[in-house]
Amino acid sequence: YVWILFERDLYLINSKYYKIMSDEEFDELCFQFGLELDEITSEKELISKEQNDSKAAGASDVILYKIDVPANRYDLLCLEGLVRGLQVFKNKLEAPRYVRVSPVSGQPQKLIITKETAAVRPYAVAAVLRDITFTQERYDSFIELQEKLHQNICRKRSIVAIGTHDLDTTSGPFTYTAKPPSEICFQPLNQTKEFTATELMSLYRTDSHLKHYLHIIEDKPVYPVIYDSNGIVLSMPPIINGDHTKISLKTKNVFIECTATDLTKAKVVLDTLVTMFSQYCSQPFTVEEAEVVYPDGKTCLYPELPYRKEKLSGEFVNRKIGINESTETVAQLLTRMCLLSKLTGVGDQIEVEIPPTRSDIIHACDIVEDAAIAYGFNNITRTTPRSYTVATQFPLNKLTELLRQDVAAAGFTEVLTFALCSKEDVGDKLGKKISETGAAHISNPKTAEFQVARTTLLPGLLKTIAANKKMPLPLKLFEISDVVLKDKSKDVGARNSRRFCAVYYNKSPGFEVIHGLMDRTMQLLGVKPLRGEGYHIQAAEDSIFFPGRCAEIFVDGKSVGRLGVLHPNVVTRFELTMPCSALEMDIEPFL
Amino acid sequence: MSPIALLLGLEKAEDGVDSLELSSSLGVEHQVVVGAVKSLQSVGEVISAEQRSSKHWQLTEEGVEISELGSHEARVFECIPVEGLLQSELMKLPFGKIGFTKAMSNKWIRVDKTSEGGPLIFRSVQTIVDQVREKLLNVLNGKDAELEEKEKSELKKRRLLSEVTVKSYWITKGSSFSTTITKQETELTPEMIVSGNWKDNKFKPYNFEAMGVPLDCGHLHPLMKVRTQFRQIFLEMGFTEMPTNNFIESSFWNFDSLFQPQQHPARDQHDTFFLSDPALTLDFPQDYLQRVKKVHTEGGFGSQGYKYEWKVEEAQKNILRTHTTAVSARMLYKLAQQEKFTPVKYFSIDRVFRNETLDATHLAEFHQIEGVVADYDLTLGDLMGVLHQFFTKLGITKLRFKPAYNPYTEPSMEVFSYHEGTQSQC
Repeated sequence: YVWILFERDLYLINSKYYKIMSDEEFDELCFQFGLELDEITSEKELISKEQNDSKAAGASDVILYKIDVPANRYDLLCLEGLVRGLQVFKNKLEAPRYVRVSPVSGQPQKLIITKETAAVRPYAVAAVLRDITFTQERYDSFIELQEKLHQNICRKRSIVAIGTHDLDTTSGPFTYTAKPPSEICFQPLNQTKEFTATELMSLYRTDSHLKHYLHIIEDKPVYPVIYDSNGIVLSMPPIINGDHTKISLKTKNVFIECTATDLTKAKVVLDTLVTMFSQYCSQPFTVEEAEVVYPDGKTCLYPELPYRKEKLSGEFVNRKIGINESTETVAQLLTRMCLLSKLTGVGDQIEVEIPPTRSDIIHACDIVEDAAIAYGFNNITRTTPRSYTVATQFPLNKLTELLRQDVAAAGFTEVLTFALCSKEDVGDKLGKKISETGAAHISNPKTAEFQVARTTLLPGLLKTIAANKKMPLPLKLFEISDVVLKDKSKDVGARNSRRFCAVYYNKSPGFEVIHGLMDRTMQLLGVKPLRGEGYHIQAAEDSIFFPGRCAEIFVDGKSVGRLGVLHPNVVTRFELTMPCSALEMDIEPFL
Repeated sequence: MSPIALLLGLEKAEDGVDSLELSSSLGVEHQVVVGAVKSLQSVGEVISAEQRSSKHWQLTEEGVEISELGSHEARVFECIPVEGLLQSELMKLPFGKIGFTKAMSNKWIRVDKTSEGGPLIFRSVQTIVDQVREKLLNVLNGKDAELEEKEKSELKKRRLLSEVTVKSYWITKGSSFSTTITKQETELTPEMIVSGNWKDNKFKPYNFEAMGVPLDCGHLHPLMKVRTQFRQIFLEMGFTEMPTNNFIESSFWNFDSLFQPQQHPARDQHDTFFLSDPALTLDFPQDYLQRVKKVHTEGGFGSQGYKYEWKVEEAQKNILRTHTTAVSARMLYKLAQQEKFTPVKYFSIDRVFRNETLDATHLAEFHQIEGVVADYDLTLGDLMGVLHQFFTKLGITKLRFKPAYNPYTEPSMEVFSYHEGTQSQC
């Protein structure tokens, strides 16, 4: 989800709901449509929250709506698109038709791509918004949409970068090429002198906004750059535009270029920008074509503004949703979602036209979803799937559930600890070498607490005691949960292992208590205290336990775990002070 | 002091005794009397004790010093010889500073500033009356009533007097007063039961205001108890439990097989835990992998696809699973390998991992509940119906559904439960 912020009254006026629709009604409308009215605020409140009240003094009190928009709906990322989408949904507006047109006179603007760009940012698309009228609000909205697209589908400009230019300040044909940074020299936006690209990298290193994008091209041998026919730099994507072609409120003709590493996304971005803002052209919703010339000489006209037709049956839609509407109604529902639909006349077939603003429609199920939204999710009758199934428990979980109850009944308290821990927790602190534990390592931990996946439950239990030293003694804790061990026989190279671990922490170690718990557990598992076919314990050595106070548990000749009095070193390393005995065993062999 | 002494003292009294008076007449500390009162109170209605508090005036430590040695100002006066005393010398004395100021304001002394060697102090009256000391002595001797309130508060200001609250008891005879104390039993014993002599014993009354003994029992973890409850609900609804005992998963099953594009932000370093060891999964069902690749890249099965270059290297990367849906994907693949399709309902409740910034309501590890139904002709209404039944078993009957976006489900929804009265949603 992405959020957008706009003036409430602007929305209401543009939707013709001014002084008619209340906040609650708008909230409800958002709910039905699939948006979320996250906050009703103002510039003043926002600054107050982020900084403090004194910085907010003098800021605007104008009411703003903050809305969360699904991440795949690029057509709802600006006020213009939101108004349009919701008006069509409420049957107050017919969705406009977006048309690419040839220039009134002369040739279309040309953008020539040279082969040098292939190494760094191969794709580009372009379009012209002809005879547009900006007001301050429209201008702000235009800039804001570019920013939202940059953050969202453009993946912070790394995949696509948008440049918008005052066409009347420049003249094509435009060349999109790539050059070594020292050879690029121009006056960037809001600067008064010229800089080379190398200098700009240093200049913008401290710019709070632009510094995040430098890495995209910084280390490349050539940087992308767009020139006009006079050698003036329009932009150096994805960093900054030239000052020469900057747009102002007076701009009447806009040249838009999008450079990218993903052509599909570049097209979506361009289409989004022009469908949204061609509203303000003297011929609304028309976009003047631009020609892109590829290094191999091939040409392509943009924007594509594709209208795609899909056919599906009304019965299909009804069946998927669980409703029973006439074909006409289904077509009407879809039209309300900007998917213009009409009956083909063949049975209950509907032809659905998917406009360029709905690049999120990828499959018939997307169309079905829109029909369901228009119908109203809460109007759908709730039914039960008709097939009868008998449930089976996962045996390991069934065993765990039974054991948990009985261990608690034996007087131990269940804890829930983290599966991730530090290397020391399962290594040094237990007197073990981390490389010998078979632990799985995380490559990008945010803190040391997430370095490895635990190979034993014991550290978690000991950390729990350390965090609860004020509790009365004895502390008797247990956990039955998974640890992670590397395992070459698994496709992912690791497996979980279900363990049962218990600790007794008191003024005396209580080995006999832990031993008694182990005996009781075996009794519950139906294993007799019999060497061979049952279980037995025998002395063992382990850095975790105090010498002479450690035993290994064998069932049917195989080791399933250990118990004993914890070594004072272990106790101390976990910041504990009392004697402690512990038991850990693998319960999977008992299935 | 034995409680008996108190009882005897009380016997003699007409209506009652004050504990403070008793302590002075018996020559014992008041606290001892209070102790005796408390122990008598626990043996039934022998005495009745009413708490009282009274205030009386006491000398502070400084006040005691003055009552013995005289006030600072009087001592200043006393120590000035006929030829006078250098002010600097006077100030060296412990009572000098305060005494000087007070003696000056009482006009007992005067200062000659013109003398050589510094200001010289002389007596300006022949004799003085140390009123402060006299007043303190009065209080000491119990005659504090002779002082006016104004005088007392002045002395209090000078921190020579303090008002002390004393709690005492007014002790009267109780309904079962006697000068002998019969021992009271606390509990029944086996001997009493067997011999029958419980009939002859008096038992101490129970204090029903106190709590019982906290039992030393084991406990189950609250979150695990909730998991047990949800597990039970799923089983009652015919859902089979999925094997989710694999925290480490490949990106292929966690993301790609679920149609989550490879450039999706959720696959970023800062949202997902990647593994350095074991780093990669290389073993995939190859024909299935090819189909997944195709749908991402070109589309297929009625889908437009994402139209980008799908890389197997991305899919091979191991991660800590970000949702249990990865397991559902594996289960559905297995189901698809069956010769004959059978309808299924699957569920899981298990741990997932997100590499997000931690705060008060977000951890890196949490539990997720997942349910899957696979059958012919399932509808959106069926999904809503199943959810409705699930929540009804939790006692939540009012549900609203809202369209949402999720890369691998379409239609997608969020579920809200609401309460008519409070109009709150969650």
